[in-house]
Amino acid sequence: MSDQTVQNFESLAPSAGQKFTQRVLPLAVFALIILIIPMFNPSNLMLTLLNVMGINIVFALSYNMLLGRGGLLSFGHAVYFGLGGYAAVHAMRAIENASYGDGGFWASYPVFFLPVIGFGVGALAGAIIGWPSCRRAGTPFAMISLGVAELIAAAGFMFGSIFGGEEGISGDRMNGPELFGLSLGPINEVYWFIAFWTILGTVGIYAFTRTPLGKMSEATRDNPERVEFVGYDPQRVRYLVFIFAGGFAGLAGGMAAVQYEIFTPEAVSLAPSGMVLLMAYIGGIRYFAGPILGAVVLTYMQSMLSDYSEAWLLYLGILFMAIVMFAPGGLAGIVAGLFNGLRADDRSERVSKWAIMVVGCVLAFVGLVALVEVAIRWSNGYGEVFEPFGMHLPTASVLTWVLIVLPLAAGFAILRFGATRNKEGQA
Amino acid sequence: METIVFSLLNGVIYGLLLFMLSSGLTLIFSMMGVLNFAHASFYMLGAYFAYTISEASSFWIALIFAPILVGLIGAAVERWGLRTVHVNGHVAELLFTFGLAYLIDEVVKIIWGRNAVDYRVPELLDFPLFELFGAQYPAYRIFTLFVALAMLAGLWFILNRTRAGLIIQAALTHPHMVGHLGHNVPRIFMTVFGVGCALAGLAGVIGGNYLVTDPAMAVQMGPIVFVVVVVGGLGSLMGAFLAAMLLGLLQTFAVAIDTRFADIFGFLGLSETSEVGAISIASLAPMLPFLLLVIILMVRPRGLMGDREL
Amino acid sequence: MTVAALSITDLKKNFGPAEIIRGVNLEIEKGERHAIIGPNGAGKSTLFNLISGGYHPSSGSIKLNGAEIGGTKPFQINRMGLSRSFQVSNIFANMSVRENVRCGVLYSMGYGYSFWRNVGNLKEVQRKTAEILERVDLLDKANLPAALLPYADQRTLEIAITIAGGAEVILLDEPTAGMSHSETDRAVALIKQATEGKTLLIVEHDMGVVFNMADRISVLVYGEIIATGKPSEIRGDPKVREAYLGDEADALEGDAA
Repeated sequence: MSDQTVQNFESLAPSAGQKFTQRVLPLAVFALIILIIPMFNPSNLMLTLLNVMGINIVFALSYNMLLGRGGLLSFGHAVYFGLGGYAAVHAMRAIENASYGDGGFWASYPVFFLPVIGFGVGALAGAIIGWPSCRRAGTPFAMISLGVAELIAAAGFMFGSIFGGEEGISGDRMNGPELFGLSLGPINEVYWFIAFWTILGTVGIYAFTRTPLGKMSEATRDNPERVEFVGYDPQRVRYLVFIFAGGFAGLAGGMAAVQYEIFTPEAVSLAPSGMVLLMAYIGGIRYFAGPILGAVVLTYMQSMLSDYSEAWLLYLGILFMAIVMFAPGGLAGIVAGLFNGLRADDRSERVSKWAIMVVGCVLAFVGLVALVEVAIRWSNGYGEVFEPFGMHLPTASVLTWVLIVLPLAAGFAILRFGATRNKEGQA
Repeated sequence: METIVFSLLNGVIYGLLLFMLSSGLTLIFSMMGVLNFAHASFYMLGAYFAYTISEASSFWIALIFAPILVGLIGAAVERWGLRTVHVNGHVAELLFTFGLAYLIDEVVKIIWGRNAVDYRVPELLDFPLFELFGAQYPAYRIFTLFVALAMLAGLWFILNRTRAGLIIQAALTHPHMVGHLGHNVPRIFMTVFGVGCALAGLAGVIGGNYLVTDPAMAVQMGPIVFVVVVVGGLGSLMGAFLAAMLLGLLQTFAVAIDTRFADIFGFLGLSETSEVGAISIASLAPMLPFLLLVIILMVRPRGLMGDREL
Repeated sequence: MTVAALSITDLKKNFGPAEIIRGVNLEIEKGERHAIIGPNGAGKSTLFNLISGGYHPSSGSIKLNGAEIGGTKPFQINRMGLSRSFQVSNIFANMSVRENVRCGVLYSMGYGYSFWRNVGNLKEVQRKTAEILERVDLLDKANLPAALLPYADQRTLEIAITIAGGAEVILLDEPTAGMSHSETDRAVALIKQATEGKTLLIVEHDMGVVFNMADRISVLVYGEIIATGKPSEIRGDPKVREAYLGDEADALEGDAA
């Protein structure tokens, strides 16, 4: 019997069908969604939003190579995005100069392939900065990444010829040879450019997780000591992963260079580094699709919610804290939990639990929004009044405070009730 | 000579301020392993509370009550926030405080607006104390010096002369042992977190009007506080003190030096008009702490006086 | 005479003023099964850590097949053909059993830090993984998450990862700790079979296991080896009986009987 099993060793691995449904299919669906979106004739505003989402998807996925797969918390990942992007803008200018001047290498380099430059420079920066950073994981790694980010951000304002000072460096994407008949002028042509690189970047990062190095990165995250005793140097594993993460961040930077045609020192500062951390974590770092989800949701919030409310960063902070405290699996974890729950035997029980939680969260959220929005208008002092759904809610009115306190209190009470019931259920 | 004396004075005061700010974080980090990202946010809260209280009553009342208020908020954050996250490990805790810093920033902007508030030095102390080389030296700076020294003395007294202080000292170097001795660890953690935040709040009361009170003050100070704690070393208040002084003096002196790279490396042919040559030592001042941080982490991961590695 | 698989000379290790290993000399021949016994605190774990690269020796030398390995990093020692298990299960809890073993296989098959190959397509790695799993009888649990395995199976997986790289010298640190009688018997049979033809150095508290498995035994007391010899020699050695007081001496006798 045993001889047979070993001969059929392949039956141990997932079958071709499983591989297809679990690996190929999700990526194919993802690519398909990207490819059919233009059929719905999105507006230019929508296209811009989608392009930014594409950039952020690759950026967040590259970040998760560190945090999710490697267990490395970085506060300076935008450094590689920014340096890759700056390199791409400089290359874009070189293309422009070469095509109006004496030609040469840059005259024949298509703008379409600028993300390759971004990848190269991002990886190079990763190789240089990663060397001292990757000796330790955990808090020392986080602190070094923070220190390096501060240093590069400060240098950004110091070296004008590279970073362009306050105004940054700008270029023009409509130069050089055209590829696939795309002039890259109008935004819908840029969409195809972004789509191409988003799909390529996503597939590339996914493929990385399937390589021996990618697998050992996960092993190093969970148990660096054991990794040493199966012949691997954990520092080397971290270092190599760091270079690839830097490269893919640079790729995203190259995409952004073509989309915006400008890079400012802001791009290497702490703010975008924090944002990509939020994207990956809110989306869910333990799932490959998590950062994609996070990038889509946060990009949407960033551009849409900021129109509705000045306090969108506050809502974002609250969302992040709630995820850290109550749902470490992130949005992807919640989705996966729902999906598994619906197929479990105690389905009805779970649904009732969720219903309680949803009601509690919605109520608390309503109260919170009312409080924040009223407070903002009071803070601005223009005498503006918060008027949701035709209601009139000035600071001094009793109704306002009822609408704030009642849902907040009720929401928290319900959530507490749900939590204690769960505990009793487990006991 | 003039520059040196002034830089020395200002450097010491700035260093003491940094120490006030970081001593709390050293306590928290050494005992709980939490590198509190929001620590500088509590410093900011201290400044804003002091502003509001001194508007309503007086600076002296603010000096006492603003830190207490900040400490209570800190304790509450530990009790109802950090404790929940604790089970998920240090990275989760770091992320929690990272989010908290975001949140406090936004709340401060809503309550006090996006611009700097007019938090002023109290009139009683708003006079030149003495004259040095023809320049007047403000009394408030010397007051700052004394408050910082008083805090230092108080901290030393509590840590070395009281029972609670001895427990804390034991916990600094051997965080796991204290629980075995039958002490209520969660309560100690909550107290230490609260006290640490209150110290940051005190630094805010003193520093808010010495420097500027605006919503960006937390982001400016936050990373520097980390540098002090990491460079000083885990479990060592003395190390934090040395690191704070070092940074304070380093930054103040760097700002005062008007030399450019071209002046130093001129013999290598570096010209004043070139980009690198035009960089002045003064403009490097904000980078120095982080350079120090990276170098220390690479060369000596336990910090100046730390008893164990980070 | 052939080169010893493992040869330790005048090995010393101190932590500050505390001298834990105080001059150990030990020769282990190729293919030998050698057990180290000794009371708690004798320095058995420290000795293991020194041999496998966890600690740097204070002085003395450790040679693996004639090559000095003292002070070398664990991953280098591992590549030279020495592998160890841990007293506390030290597995990759978030991975499946199959992936755990595969982690142990990868480097030895030459796929070190490769980032251009899909692990799923590496046929010989899959075959080797399946072979190892079969040898330790975990084939039917191959796709379970390692964290969900029962305790005894986690211990087995620990051994599987240890032998996966094909090392010729295997160090096992209390492989049967915490197991029931029947589990221990199974584990012993499994270890014997899985390490067939290899050099085995084992630390063990269970005297039954030791006398059943070992070709030779060394007794480590307070950082020194007081006796080395065949099980029968050790059994009768008065110094050993002196070191093992009371119950344990009886256990020694009981198991020997």
